[in-house]
Amino acid sequence: MREAPIVIVRDLVKTFAARGASLRAVDGVSFDVGQGETLGLVGESGSGKSTTGRILVGLEAATSGSIRLFDQEISPASGKAALRAVRRRLQFVFQDPQNSLNPRMRAQDAIAEPLDVAGGLSRAARNDRVRELLEMVGLPRSCGDRFPHEFSGGQRQRIGIARALALKPEFIVCDEPVSSLDVSMQAQIVNLLLDLQERLGLSYLFIAHDLAVVRSISARVAVMYAGSIVEIAPRHELYTSPRHPYTQALLAAIPRVKPNKARAAVVTGELPSQIDTVPGCTFHPRCPFAFERCRAEKPKLREIAPSHLAACHLHDVPA
Amino acid sequence: MAQQTLLSVENLTVQFRGDAGWVNAVEGVDFAVRAGECLGIVGESGSGKSVSALSILKLHGRANTRYASGTIRYGGHDLLTVSQRRLRQVRGGEIAMIFQDPMSSLNPVLSIADQIMEPLRQHQGLSARAARRRAVELLEMVRISDASRRIDDYPHRLSGGMRQRVMIAIAVACRPKLLIADEPTTALDVTIQSQILELLRELQREIGMSVILITHDLGVVAEFAQRVVVMYAGRVVESAAVPALFERPVHPYTEGLIRAVPDPDADVSRLATIPGNIPDPSTPIAGCRFNPRCSEAVKSCRTEPPALADAGAGHFARCPPRIAAGRTA
Repeated sequence: MREAPIVIVRDLVKTFAARGASLRAVDGVSFDVGQGETLGLVGESGSGKSTTGRILVGLEAATSGSIRLFDQEISPASGKAALRAVRRRLQFVFQDPQNSLNPRMRAQDAIAEPLDVAGGLSRAARNDRVRELLEMVGLPRSCGDRFPHEFSGGQRQRIGIARALALKPEFIVCDEPVSSLDVSMQAQIVNLLLDLQERLGLSYLFIAHDLAVVRSISARVAVMYAGSIVEIAPRHELYTSPRHPYTQALLAAIPRVKPNKARAAVVTGELPSQIDTVPGCTFHPRCPFAFERCRAEKPKLREIAPSHLAACHLHDVPA
Repeated sequence: MAQQTLLSVENLTVQFRGDAGWVNAVEGVDFAVRAGECLGIVGESGSGKSVSALSILKLHGRANTRYASGTIRYGGHDLLTVSQRRLRQVRGGEIAMIFQDPMSSLNPVLSIADQIMEPLRQHQGLSARAARRRAVELLEMVRISDASRRIDDYPHRLSGGMRQRVMIAIAVACRPKLLIADEPTTALDVTIQSQILELLRELQREIGMSVILITHDLGVVAEFAQRVVVMYAGRVVESAAVPALFERPVHPYTEGLIRAVPDPDADVSRLATIPGNIPDPSTPIAGCRFNPRCSEAVKSCRTEPPALADAGAGHFARCPPRIAAGRTA
């Protein structure tokens, strides 16, 4: 039996106003993240995965739904005050370290900024902590006085991670942390995140569009499409027996270095631009298995095998 | 399958003006494309893969670029020295190009119709009516539904995948002999990427054109190309047929790169890495450019610039120790 989750998200909804109409970017998302666990959140552009992560760390406000972080209820009603109480235990690593670091701030000051804001450390203790953080992320202790442009992309992402670690968080939302990096750098950063998790007992929500990277880092994986989670399962289960046709299509579409003969067919069509106007299952216009009910009724996420949930009428066995 | 060489790049060195004088962006690059084949050029940032490809049509800004050595043989001429007039005929006519970001390569204030008709009128001298008719056919050819209506749309009305389809329609309008595709699917979602690659494969067969596919994605090369050139820090380090390269890579960099790709079909946790960082093109490195990151580097690797040598069966690699040790294809 797993420990009580440290993150519990229920029925999260985020609506944006777009050209007079409203757009549901996140449409009823629910999931948990356990202590020391990594939940991978995958999806393509417009799936709502990044918005979900941004709501969790308070960069966006949810329209409705509930979030419990470390047993503390964070809802639109409780607002920023409640979030402030848990904020130190929660951090964010951004996709592009090029744009998320201030180009005029030395690495040591970027890393120390959260410490400075939180206050309470002497100058010497602060500088010691910065050197310790640099070492933790695999950078030389002496490189703190350099500016972001003097580092490579992979090294800048290490600085972004050191900054996120400064206040000893327990949970980190990583939003596409390796997708702007070259393959050889990407592998180094994934391994660093795994090492830090082991050492510090961190929990991650790892948001990415790359299913292969997600498989290497996650314990469980949730797949999002058009604002909703369509499938969620332990990683081995999700990759070896995907049950939602969208997950199957996504896995089939990855170009492989090693050929995989058991692949599903390439899916046609594109994500609908006005999600709200698609009745029933949002994937049905692209789904090779769609039938009458898919066009009329939105399927609910339900358990189809132990710990394996999918939102698909194909797997709805009538009682 | 036709095997004669359509275009060959020989000993190409391209220099960019930097803060401290001219810097070699690529050095001594050799590769050839055969008629009807797809050649993949793969490499990470700064490898020189795009620089090499843009040089084929001399698309670098003239003020800050120097073609310090080399020839680009095509149709009995050297594209680096032909007249501007001849080069304009080749560009967009016989050799076409598509880029990573279709939004910034399409003109936002011109309709799709205007942009597809331009090469048809320019290179084929079609009348406005004939060009429009042909443009609709081309949009149908790249599987854009409702083409006769979509043709009057402006680029912002289209999704990223649709825009790339339009770019492809423009590129193949004059039935080119060679299409240079520079990271054509990098900005696209994975399900759209597979649609675009499938489309390119079909068009390649229909038109009988050759394709140079530039990408950082080894999986894309493995599935789409017949032969592949691997570049690192401005140099070609290995070239081979696709199956040989992926099954028996000779160069330690190629081997490391293939192993570093996360496998979507295995529950692996720690990924294989290549230590160190990708060098900046201006960094002087004696000997093999990869030696500071190579676990097998010997003394000569740090002093002697290695040559691209034959490892057998059309497989070339720039690693004398491995070739001498018989790590051959």
